[in-house]
Formats: sequence, C-alpha cells, structure tokens
Amino acid sequence: MAKTINIKKGLDIHLKGTPSDTVIQDTTTDLFAIVPDDFPGYTWKTAVKPGDHVKIGSPLLQAKEYADIKLVSPVEGEVMEIKRGERRKIEFVSVKKSGEQCSETFAAGNDRASIVTALQQSGLFACLRQRPFDILPMQGVTPRDIFVTGFDSAPLAVPMLSDEVRKYLVKGLKCLSLLTDGDVYLSVPYDSDFDTDAAVVYNVKGPHPAGNVGVQIANIAPVNKGETVWTLDAVTCARIGRFMQTGKPDFSTDVALTGPDMKNPHIVSTYFGAKLSTLLEGEVMDKEENVRIISGNVLTGTRCSLENGFLRFPYRQITAIDEGDKADEFMGWASLSPSKYSVKHTFPAFLKGLSKPFSFDARIKGGHRAMIMSGEYDKVFPFDIYPEFLIKAILAKNIEKMEERGIYEVAPEDFALPEFVDTSKLELQKIVREGLDYLRKETM
Amino acid sequence: MKGLKKKIDKIKPNFEKGGKYEKLHSVFDGFYTFLFTPNETSKSGVHIHDSNDSKRTMITVVIALLPCCLFGMWNIGYEHFKAIGEADKSMFDMFVYGLFAVLPQILTAYIVGLGIEFIVAQMRGHEIQEGFLVSGILIPMICPVDTPVWMLAIAVAFAVIFVKEVFGGTGYNFLNVALATRAFLFFSYPSKMSGDGVFVSLGGAAPVDSYTGATPLGQLAASTTPDPVVTDVLGNPLSLSDMFFGFYPGSWGETSTFCILIGAAILLFTGIASWRIMLSGFAGGLLMSLLAFELSSDLYPVTMINPWEQLCLGGFAFAIVFMATDPVTACRTNIGKYIYGFLIGAVAMVIRCYNTGYPEGAMLAVLLMNCFAPLIDYCVVNANVRRRLRRAPAKIEND
Repeated sequence: MAKTINIKKGLDIHLKGTPSDTVIQDTTTDLFAIVPDDFPGYTWKTAVKPGDHVKIGSPLLQAKEYADIKLVSPVEGEVMEIKRGERRKIEFVSVKKSGEQCSETFAAGNDRASIVTALQQSGLFACLRQRPFDILPMQGVTPRDIFVTGFDSAPLAVPMLSDEVRKYLVKGLKCLSLLTDGDVYLSVPYDSDFDTDAAVVYNVKGPHPAGNVGVQIANIAPVNKGETVWTLDAVTCARIGRFMQTGKPDFSTDVALTGPDMKNPHIVSTYFGAKLSTLLEGEVMDKEENVRIISGNVLTGTRCSLENGFLRFPYRQITAIDEGDKADEFMGWASLSPSKYSVKHTFPAFLKGLSKPFSFDARIKGGHRAMIMSGEYDKVFPFDIYPEFLIKAILAKNIEKMEERGIYEVAPEDFALPEFVDTSKLELQKIVREGLDYLRKETM
Repeated sequence: MKGLKKKIDKIKPNFEKGGKYEKLHSVFDGFYTFLFTPNETSKSGVHIHDSNDSKRTMITVVIALLPCCLFGMWNIGYEHFKAIGEADKSMFDMFVYGLFAVLPQILTAYIVGLGIEFIVAQMRGHEIQEGFLVSGILIPMICPVDTPVWMLAIAVAFAVIFVKEVFGGTGYNFLNVALATRAFLFFSYPSKMSGDGVFVSLGGAAPVDSYTGATPLGQLAASTTPDPVVTDVLGNPLSLSDMFFGFYPGSWGETSTFCILIGAAILLFTGIASWRIMLSGFAGGLLMSLLAFELSSDLYPVTMINPWEQLCLGGFAFAIVFMATDPVTACRTNIGKYIYGFLIGAVAMVIRCYNTGYPEGAMLAVLLMNCFAPLIDYCVVNANVRRRLRRAPAKIEND
C-alpha cells in the first residue's frame, strides 16, 4: 500500500500552450548532439574524431577521471563536428544520423559491479544524478537510497507514466534495487493507480515543486552530511529497465513542444540532442519580436538558439515564450493590467484568477536589489530549511554555515520558484549552483 | 510614448560611461527606469518572473500611507482652527492649511534623502534604489507639525548616511531609517520634539483661552490627579471614538487609528507586510496595557487609562503597522516575527506606562527590537540547525 505525502507550499504557474496528446514522429531531424555541460561532475574528453562511424551507444566522450563513464551517441551515423569554445572547452559533439540505426550491445550481469559498469559504458549512468551537489554520481560511491520521481509538476510538463514507461518501469526499479543497500523510492502523482513491490511507492499531492525529486527526498528521508543518494526520473528508470532486458540502450524520447509561442503544442518523438532548427521547423510562431526557445520548462530549462541549438538534457520538453526585449513598457510599475502575473495582490491579476493560463515573456520585470522582502521564498519552498539564510551563507562563502543550513539537501532547481517570486530579482539558481560547486571544490 | 522613448534614448549616450554627463548616470538611470520598465531579460535560472518588483512594493506602501497622510493634513488644519477659535472653517480650508504646513517638511525629507541616495548610488555605480520613497513620506508624518525644516534636514542626512548608506544601502540597514531620524530629532532637540508647544500649528495666531497644546499622552504623563482625563485642544474630554478616528493633536500622520487600519488592510491584502508581526504586535501591546491597567497606580498616570484607549493613542498603532513590519529591519523567520512583534508591542507599552520621561514608547521599542531581530533569527535558525544535526547518523556527528 502506497504512502502519501502532502506538499502544502508551492505554486502551480499556469502558462498558455498546453500540449495536446498527439505524438508525431520526427522524421526530418538528422543532426544530434551531446552537450557536455549538461553532465556536470566530470571533465569530458572526446573519444571520437569527426568522420568516425558510431552506432547507438558508441562513446562520443569519456570522463577524464574515470574512462568507463561515457557519453554516447543517441543515433547511428557519422560524427560531424566537435565544437570547441574558449580555451578549447568542448561545447558539443554532433552526429549525423544515417544507416539502419543499429545499437551497441552490452552485457549486464546480476551483480552490482557489472550492472554499474554496463550502465556507465552504455551512457545511461550519465542520466543519473546524485545529491549532494546535483551532479553525475561519483565513481565508487554506493548510494544510501535511490529516488525515482514519477511525475513532473513544472509548468506545461506532460505526464511521465505513459504505457511505454510503465512497461519497463518495474524492471528498472528492480535493477536499481541491486545498486543500493538501502531502498528505492518511487513517487507518483496523488491520483495515480500505479503500485509495485519493486520500490517503496509514495503518492505525492500538492503544487509544484511536488514533482521535484529533492522535495520528495526532503519529505521521505533527507540527505545528511556524508550521505549520498541517487536521483532519476521514471522515464530514465524505464530506459534502464529496457536496457537490462535487451542489452541495448535506446535514446529515443518524447518531447513536448509547449508554451505560448508554439503554433500547435503537441508531442514529438525523436532522439536525445535533436537539432532544434529541424525539430521545430514550422512549429514556432512567426512574430515581429524575438522568441526565446527553452530546452526544458520555463523555470529550470536552458536557453537555446533556434538556429544552432540542440535539445538539451533532460530531453523531455521545449518551451517557446516571447523574449520581451522590445516591450518598452511605460511606467510598468504603475500598471493596472490584469494580464501581469503576480502572486502578490499588488497587481490586479488575482481578479482574473491565477489558475487561468497566462502569457509570459522573459523580462525580469524590475531591477536587481539586495534581499529586502522576507518570507517570500518560504511560501514556495517545501523543505525544512530557511532558504534566505542558506542563500546568505552561500553568498558569504561560509562553508560551515552552508552545511548547517542544509545545502546538502538542495539542488538549484529547488530554488526556481523562490527565484520566480523574488521581488529583488536575485539569480538564486545561479547562486546555489556556484555554492554547490564551491563546496565540492573545497571539501572533496 | 514611443516618441518620448525615442527622444530619451537619443540623449541616453550622454549619461553613459565617457558621455558628457557621466556623473549623472545613476540619476538618469533612476528616472529612465521610473518611466520605462527595463527590458532586461533573464540571463540565468528562471526564464519568467513575477511582475512584482521593488518599485511596485514601495509604491504600494506609499498608497497604504495615503489615508493617514491625507487625514493628518486635514487634522492639522482642524486643530489649528479649533485652537484659534475658528472651528467653523470648511473641511477644504482645513486640509489646505495642513497641506501647506507640512509640504516644506515633505519636500525637505525627499530632497535631502534622495539627494544623498543619488550621490551614493553614483559613487558606487549602483542603480538608484527606491527604499527612500517610503522613508521620505514616513519621516514628516511621525514628526510634530512645527518641526523646523533645518532640523529635519540634519536628521534625515544623519539617518540616511549613518544608518543606511554606511551599511550598504537599501536592504542592509539594521535600524528603521524613519525611526532613526525621529530618534535623532528627539534626543538632539528635545524641546522641539515634545511638550505642549509643538504639536498644534498655531501659525502665529493667538489661541483661545481654554487652549492646551499637549498630546493626550503628554497630558497623562504630566497628570497628578488620581483620575486623569484626556482632553482635546479646547479642554473638552476625548471620547474613545475621537481617539480611534484621531481628532487630537500629535505627530500628524499617526493620530488616526482608523486610517492606520485602512493602511494595514492594504498592506496585508497585497501581501507586502507581515500579518504575523502586526498580530503579535497588537497582542503584545494589548496584554501589556491590560496588565498595566490592572496594576495601575497614581505614580504612573498613563497606566490609568484602559487598554483600548492605549492602543488608539499616540504612535503605537502606526509603529506596529508601518514601522515594525519594515522587512529589512524586522525578523525574517516566521517564528521570529511572532516574537519580534510581541516584544515591540509589550516594550512600547512598558516604556509608555512606566517611564514618565518618554510620553511615547513605540519609537524606542521598535528601534530596540531592530537591534534584537538578528539575535532572535539566529536562535530560530539554530533550532533548525540542531534538528538537522540530530537527524544525521551518529558516525557523522562523531567526526
């Protein structure tokens, strides 16, 4: 019998552009790329040269620190380009899809070591994350527990537990249970009927960030100093389940095209790292003003260029909104427009109802200030942590205070809603990311 | 508006680095962002933001202050004409008299305060911050109507420089700027800040015979009779409704509890001020004044009036609603806010009742608790830290 978690703090932001259930197969995209920046925790070096032929699951990059951990090609084809930026940093490795889409085969045994090695070599290990630090799991560390989130509560996200995912999910959970001495936890939406003996199942009720795995950990078994847990979503878990059954990694993925600037929001089936210019051909509204393409949701996603960008990890959603840099609003602070969204009642949007879909642009809508208002973050931050004080400890680079105030339990994404509501427009996710990196550098 | 924007954009380069008026960059930027919402888009983290910003927040507080401000202006005229025996003047005349009585003070506060903020912002290369929009109107409202403007100018300069800017500007001050200004005036020029000659603007006219200029709390503090009665400027006893609606002399913005409650409603409805601080502040004041009333003695005449009158008189309600809730100087944790508010209410009443040297204690109570707010927060956060440590496995604790 599943247990229940009731999340009270949080906020569901309703955006225009909910995708329909229609799934369209992407047949035009032929260029796919892996971006090393999406896989923090290791330094990546190339394992191929342009012109090499790769199969699905052939390594494109490998970790400098531990060569078994690889980032692999999502398709079969020819390595097109290894793009380097400043100081020869690898920006992406792209592969032109061709051939019959054959896959490398890996043999995973039934013991922990051989499963981990197979996952590392097949590129699936890179889809896992660990807490603390919100990075790829560190080599050689056995996690205390493994947490799998079965839903995404972010704006315009689509349900995760599709029939395809359900088919392999239990297999994946069973595999994960071999990788930890503790438990495997699966969180599903409150109204879901999914239940299994392969994991400890929790039904989670409440607004976003209820689907964030960090919130689920905080409510089930928080991470303490010195402990490590692994986190992943149900889609990745099913991918692992399928891999264990077939020995072949599969990097096809359903991507929801969402947001107010998508002509016809729907789901498209493609592979990891698809090139956006072909994937989104004819999908984005033609507007005079600039459109911002976000790989992911509006709270935690990565901004991408429509011309040169690629679908970025975690590969499930693309959102298009107005950039808003040409808006030129006269005395916006005095506006009485009901279309200006605010959780505070300082704008009359509440008269219209915040549960109606709103259209947003990417302006920060104010100036950067010191932290002035208090209690704003707490209302959307369902952790037993004082977020303002943790942020202050991070800004002061005070390691002892960061540890005391709970930095090991959080990831940047947990601060997305506080950043959204912040009157002072502080870049909280960036602050937390830098804090985690600093802490890792100083303590490891 | 496009035309105006084009024109301003044309002169903009003069104010940027290397331009003719480079030294006025912060001032220009301040006015520019006032007129046109910046088009800056998000560079990291979330891609969308809540529309509420610091400007909107401060403007909302100023709107919440308007009922008190307008009533206060009218009340200045009302008390003036009553004192000189011309109480039959129209409401409009009374309001206009009050408006012109306080206009120099309001202008002085804004010019001195904003002037310093503009200079400091330029020196630091910062954007102009709007914190003083609120302080600038609050300061005259909590001063006697006859405060000389030069005193006000010195006090504002002291508070803005030494309470706010030396600590880093808006968001970093540890004391409430408006109350620091008031305290500076109170301790530097006591004869102009209390007594019975400063709270009613006579404007040079001779008062009627029965005139008394003392505030109700001033009258009580000076009272020697066992059953003190508070009166208006003509010596007629004040009813509870007079006290509630504010028809008595005092620092001009803070006499009407009714208007303060309208302001409180605006602040609470918009979600800007903390209801926790307001609630516990009034609870602390009520409990302490109840206790004082139960144990009232001739030695401390202020203890003789009942708690309802205590809450309506003086600057207590104003301090709880507009001063204690200043988020920068208050506690930041929810539990801390209850403690902080309660202690402000209680301490204000203790000072008012038992220290006959100070007819009003709200200012000192808020300033005192401003100093303790970080300590209260420290204890609350530490409880959370201890909870986290207890949860950690034993082997880690032994490390």
